[in-house]
Amino acid sequence: MPSLVAYRDGLRAGIGFAFPAALVGLSFGVIAEPVMGSVAPIVMSAVVFAGAAQFGVTAVLAAGGDAVTAIATGMMLNARFLPMGIAAAPALKGGPLRRALEGQAVVDASWALAARSEKGFDRELLLGATLPQYPAWVAGTAIGVLGGGALGDPEALGLDAIFPAFFLGLLAAELSRPHAPLAALLGGAIAIALTPVLPPGLPVLIASAAAFVGLLGATGARAEAEP
Amino acid sequence: MTAVWVTIGGLVVTTAVIKAAGPVTVGGRELPRSAYAVIGLLAPALLSALILTDTFAREQELTVDARAAGLACAAVAVLLRAPLLVTVLVAAAGAAGVRAMA
Repeated sequence: MPSLVAYRDGLRAGIGFAFPAALVGLSFGVIAEPVMGSVAPIVMSAVVFAGAAQFGVTAVLAAGGDAVTAIATGMMLNARFLPMGIAAAPALKGGPLRRALEGQAVVDASWALAARSEKGFDRELLLGATLPQYPAWVAGTAIGVLGGGALGDPEALGLDAIFPAFFLGLLAAELSRPHAPLAALLGGAIAIALTPVLPPGLPVLIASAAAFVGLLGATGARAEAEP
Repeated sequence: MTAVWVTIGGLVVTTAVIKAAGPVTVGGRELPRSAYAVIGLLAPALLSALILTDTFAREQELTVDARAAGLACAAVAVLLRAPLLVTVLVAAAGAAGVRAMA
């Protein structure tokens, strides 16, 4: 069972992701409590487990939007999980039901780690790394909901800067791959250019098209690493 | 309050379906070689897009505010090879500091 090693490596990385995830969860709890009370944010974190979408629907509801608008916003913010799920698919195991369940482990940090593996998408890294993040996300939310009043204004604490900083740390680990800086530059440019004209979430989904710069030609080393 | 619970229900179902769609439809089939060249670059493209929209967008408006200072602090931390937790704390401190001075 050599894969046990990969699970362990995933768990170790996941513990590193857990603290930032708990901080982001905490800021979600602080922001969501005045909008939806103390129970709903914790339930949402426990059953949805998708940070960007949770922040997005909270903003819609806080602005007086209805449930349909909120759900549509959440779906757009989650749309990136479609190409991410396709990337993970060949590595997952079992029949359709089991694959569907394993696909739920796709969250940004774990997916980026598992996609970086030399031997193709690494299922055990994905599952191992997601495991510690889930309780951290839910517990962080609960702490934010219950202690939010004592913490004060989440923006005064700079909590809204945590999410992009977390992703920047993940991006830094990607940039040594061939064409990765170009893909990052192009993806960022697409997202910024489309932000004024499209609803939140869609610019990020369309930015995934920047990955097609990979067709510009792989280096020899990379072609060998491919299955 | 009903809207909140309807939203949570809708979000649970749609998130699960979106995450399951790729794994169920592609299944265990190996993708063509060129697909891997594209998939390998999805992470930098998506992460960069998320970073910039989370920093510079308010809904559909582009703004430069304290979050940009937070990101700049995070970039310095990343260049100094700081751990992820330190990077996010430095970013929060940077954004909070700029807001405190404003």
